[in-house]
Amino acid sequence: MIAALAFYVFAAILVASAVMVVTSRNPVHSVLYLILAFFNAAALFLLAGAEFLAMILVIVYVGAVAVLFLFVVMMLDVDFSQLREGFQRYAPFGAVVGGILFLELLLVLGAWNFAPEAGDLRLAPAPEGVSNTEALGRLIYTDYIFLFQAAGLILLVAMIGAIVLTLRDKPAHSRRQDIGVQIARSSSLSMQRPSPGQGISRDAILRPLPPEPREKPKPVTHDGHGHGGHH
Amino acid sequence: MLAVGLAHYLVVGAILFVLGVFGIFMNRKNVIVILMSVELILLSVNLNLVAFSAQLGDLAGQVFAMFILTVAAAEAAIGLAIVVIYFRNRGTIEVEDVSTLKG
Repeated sequence: MIAALAFYVFAAILVASAVMVVTSRNPVHSVLYLILAFFNAAALFLLAGAEFLAMILVIVYVGAVAVLFLFVVMMLDVDFSQLREGFQRYAPFGAVVGGILFLELLLVLGAWNFAPEAGDLRLAPAPEGVSNTEALGRLIYTDYIFLFQAAGLILLVAMIGAIVLTLRDKPAHSRRQDIGVQIARSSSLSMQRPSPGQGISRDAILRPLPPEPREKPKPVTHDGHGHGGHH
Repeated sequence: MLAVGLAHYLVVGAILFVLGVFGIFMNRKNVIVILMSVELILLSVNLNLVAFSAQLGDLAGQVFAMFILTVAAAEAAIGLAIVVIYFRNRGTIEVEDVSTLKG
């Protein structure tokens, strides 16, 4: 009874916050409502007995994805009032499409039944007397190990992709090793062989030659002022 | 076993899905809200998977939901990265004039 009541409360808040995500005027509010929606979805997962997924939802979505959204919304300096212009124009169209979709989903829901042998066709029956997390762990690390590794690879590719996409090279502000120039330098040092026990005082101190200028320096215009050190 | 009927979960999932589709149509100019709507749609799919998993006592549905979570996180990261570089190049995040790639 209490569980059913909790379900209705959480579902109502979930739907309401999803509506606010879609229709909110300010994207920051949208992100905050998205966080609320994820929290309530996690509560629904808990009510269904999927404790591990509920915690993952809170950690991954609220902790990472929603904060990422918040970051981007606040980082981009967008005039959001101007972005709302098409709202009225597309509202009827979106309402029609959404209504049709919802009706179709309800039709499917109404005319649908479990097959009588559905219980025997289970892929991984939940074991008795084991917590949800442990059961999932037993499953993921045995039957679904390759899919699990593939999921890790997807995350790696996404991480590298996001970094590559947003990384900005700033060659003007940083000094880097130019390996081609370094190898192709013609007047480099010659190797010396100092005698043992003599130190390098006989040959004096060797210094590398100054690197060749890569392009001609700009000709200095002598306009009579502004040159401090040349006397 | 579920505290309420399976149909309740499915109705909530359907409402969430429709709201996500509705959001994609409504916010045609704001890519960030479109990405959030996609997250809502994926959440509704997860809700359905978890509900069926609990109803049937089959853990495979929860494993699938976990993989969907992974893909959703990757999609959000890549999508937001694309939004950021698009904003850097164009100074706006309107989707309607993203036709610069047309020949």
